[in-house]
This record gives sequence, structure tokens and C-alpha cells, in this order.
Amino acid sequence: MNQELMVAAIENGTVIDHIPCNKLFEVISLLGLQAMTSTVMIGYNLASGKMGSKSLIKISDRFFSDEELNRLAVVAPNVNLSIIRNFEVVEKRQVEMPSPIVGVVKCANPKCITNNEPMRTRFDVSEKKEGVIRCHYCGREQLVDTVKLV
Amino acid sequence: MAENRSLVSIESLSREKILSLIHRAEEFEKNPNSKILDGKIVATLFFEPSTRTRLSFETAANRLGAKVIGFADPKITSGTKGETLKDTIMMVQNYADVIVMRHYLEGAALYASEVANVPIINAGDGANQHPTQTMLDLYSIYKTQGTLDNLNVFLVGDLKYGRTVHSLIMALRHFNPTFHFIAPKELAMPDEYKTYCKEHGITYVEHEDFNEDIIAEADILYMTRVQRERFTDLMEYERVKDVYILKASMLSKARENMKILHPLPRVNEIAYDVDDVKHAYYFQQAQNGLYAREAIICDVLNL
Repeated sequence: MNQELMVAAIENGTVIDHIPCNKLFEVISLLGLQAMTSTVMIGYNLASGKMGSKSLIKISDRFFSDEELNRLAVVAPNVNLSIIRNFEVVEKRQVEMPSPIVGVVKCANPKCITNNEPMRTRFDVSEKKEGVIRCHYCGREQLVDTVKLV
Repeated sequence: MAENRSLVSIESLSREKILSLIHRAEEFEKNPNSKILDGKIVATLFFEPSTRTRLSFETAANRLGAKVIGFADPKITSGTKGETLKDTIMMVQNYADVIVMRHYLEGAALYASEVANVPIINAGDGANQHPTQTMLDLYSIYKTQGTLDNLNVFLVGDLKYGRTVHSLIMALRHFNPTFHFIAPKELAMPDEYKTYCKEHGITYVEHEDFNEDIIAEADILYMTRVQRERFTDLMEYERVKDVYILKASMLSKARENMKILHPLPRVNEIAYDVDDVKHAYYFQQAQNGLYAREAIICDVLNL
């Protein structure tokens, strides 16, 4: 049986698959799903051949902009996105790490201006060091795997 | 919107820009007083007290004919009432043609330069940047050596936390320096800056010893303070605290042209008997800050 059918199919909307289970709640929060009025189905600890276990989210009647979806790259760079229309997958895509990353990640430096002023954070993705992002304001570097979200 | 000419970080300055600021500073040293800024208002916003830096900026502005507004003590500003930095900057830019600001938070000057429509001069943002200090260091080096190119620059003391030495490395990358890093293990130059040197083809040598033989090759001896509070291991502090003190007796083999710089204030890292030696330059260095800042204020105002 198709694994995805453990969570009901949607007619129109967005499916986000292969979310690492420990990142599910961050993905929910990044997309603001808690404030959504349309139907949202969340599968948690589903069996996955590739990942062992995974999570999956189906969101009815909501299509996200590239900018919204690329924010996911910070916490879950390997998710699969499917756009559904009339129960059919009309588009599949991967998320891409945005650079700069604006308004998503919290700076790890408590003395950074961004932690003390009502403003959006901004990080540049390091070209030289893989997985490292650098605060545009204070210069503090951190690993993208261990970031806290704003 | 017009080009933002703010000076926030030393990294953004090209070789040409650094040299043009130095030549400008030379002119101001010959004629410190002028009316170039007649009718202009310079705001000095010191969210963190720094008397030395503030007096230097305010003297520079006054000597150029500008009027100065601002505050020296953050306790009297509305920041303490909860006003944001942005709101303070938005208000002050209505009055002033240029804002000189010192702030205890890192990145504050960059953020201010993004929200302001007048140029911002960073007079220090936490442990992050202090570009006008670096410009006066560069001007002092240039004045005493006649060039910035191909010099042996010895950096001594706290190379881990020392903001001025990190900025100096970045600024001198345009001028093919050879660095010698002299520091206790616990305060050694961070890998980040050693990598930076390698990436920019800069030669460096590391030492733990500090004596007259090591100093003999130096053109510039840049001293910094080894602070007790920087040590996690106080035994280590006790062991090294007197190792990095420069005494006049250590200068017998020094090159003729060698000059000793220090960002000041010093505590005990330069013995008082060094003050009378011809190599001592730290007080003139502070004076050079005036000319460097005159040059910088004019530059950000595009004058």
C-alpha cells in the first residue's frame, strides 16, 4: 500500500514529505501552520525506506511562495515538495538555501544588535565553509544544523 | 537614494581608499584648522562612554568648523526609557549631517547605517569594529615608516580578544606585511585570522617568547594589554603576566626606524622607562587620531 495514503489525499494544496521527525515542529512553525484555517494533516513517525522514520505534512488549498518554502532549507534542506491540483501532483521540487537568510534564524551572539532591537536578522551563507552561516551584523558564524529560529 | 558613504568596518576599505585617507590626514596635520565643515552639524552618540574617542572626534569636528551635538553618557538618553536604536537614529538624522556613534552592541553601526539617510561613522561597536582606531594606527605606521608596504609588524599581548590587532591585519592585507604574533598560548591569535592571512598570502610567524632578539627584526611593535579577566586559568595568568611587558632594556637591538604603538590606555605592559626612548610613539599615535578623524569626517560627507 502506498505509504502516503496513511494520511488522506488532498484535492488541491501542498505536500511536504521527508521531513526529519525532529524538525517537524520547526517546519510547522516556520510555515505558520498553527494559524491556518484550511485542512492540515500531519503524519509523524511514519516508516520511511530512506530515512527510517519521517514526517509529512499535507496542507489543503494553500500554495506557498518560493521565498516561504526556501526558509525550510534552514531546518530541513532535503524535504520533497509536491504541488497538488485535482488530486494530481502537478509539480515536484526541492527547497534551496536562500542567501541571505532573512528573518528566520536567531544570532547566537547575545551581544548582537539583532538580539536587542526589533529588527529582522540576516545571515549570509558561507561560500568557503559548508554548512556555516554568518551574521550580517555582528559577523558571528554558526553551523546551520544547530541554529535556533527567531 | 544617494550612495551611503558610512564608515562601518575597516574591511570595506580598499588600498586606494586607505592611502587617500592617509594623504588627507597628512594635509590636516599641516593645517588642522579649517572651515570645511562650516555650517555642518556632527552628532556624537556615545551609547557607551569612551572619553578618549569622543574628545578626539569632537576636536576634529570643531577644528573643521562644525558644530557638535550629542551625548556622552547613555544614562541620560531615551535608550534607557526603552527607545530603540532605530528611533534614536531617525530622530538625530533630522538634526545632524553626520552621526558618529559608539555602541556596546555588535553590529549596531551597520544597522544604523542601513536605517539612516546621513552617513554613520562607527566609533566602536562592542567587540566588533573600531575602524577609526585602525585608520589612526595606519596613519601612524605610514608617518613613521614612510610607507605601509612590506613592513615587519609585530603584534604583542592579547591577540585573541584584541579587536585592534585583528582590524590591523585586515587593513594591512593590501600592503604585503610580515606579521609576528607574540602572545601567551591562551591569548594566541585565533585560527580564523591565521586562515585569513593564508588566504591573502600574508606571511606570519608565531612566538611565545618576547625578548630583544625577537624584537630586533621589527619595524612596528604593536603592544596590547594582557588582561587578567581574559584568563580562565589564573595560574596561567600569573605565569605570563610579566612576560609581555616591554622594558627599555629590551630595545638595544631594535632597528633604527622601529616604533612602538599601543592603542592606549596602557596599564603595565609598557614600562615607564620606555616613554623616553626614541622608539616610543604611542602618545603621538593618539594625536594622529585627530587628523585621521578629520579626514574620515570629510570623506563620509564627500567633501
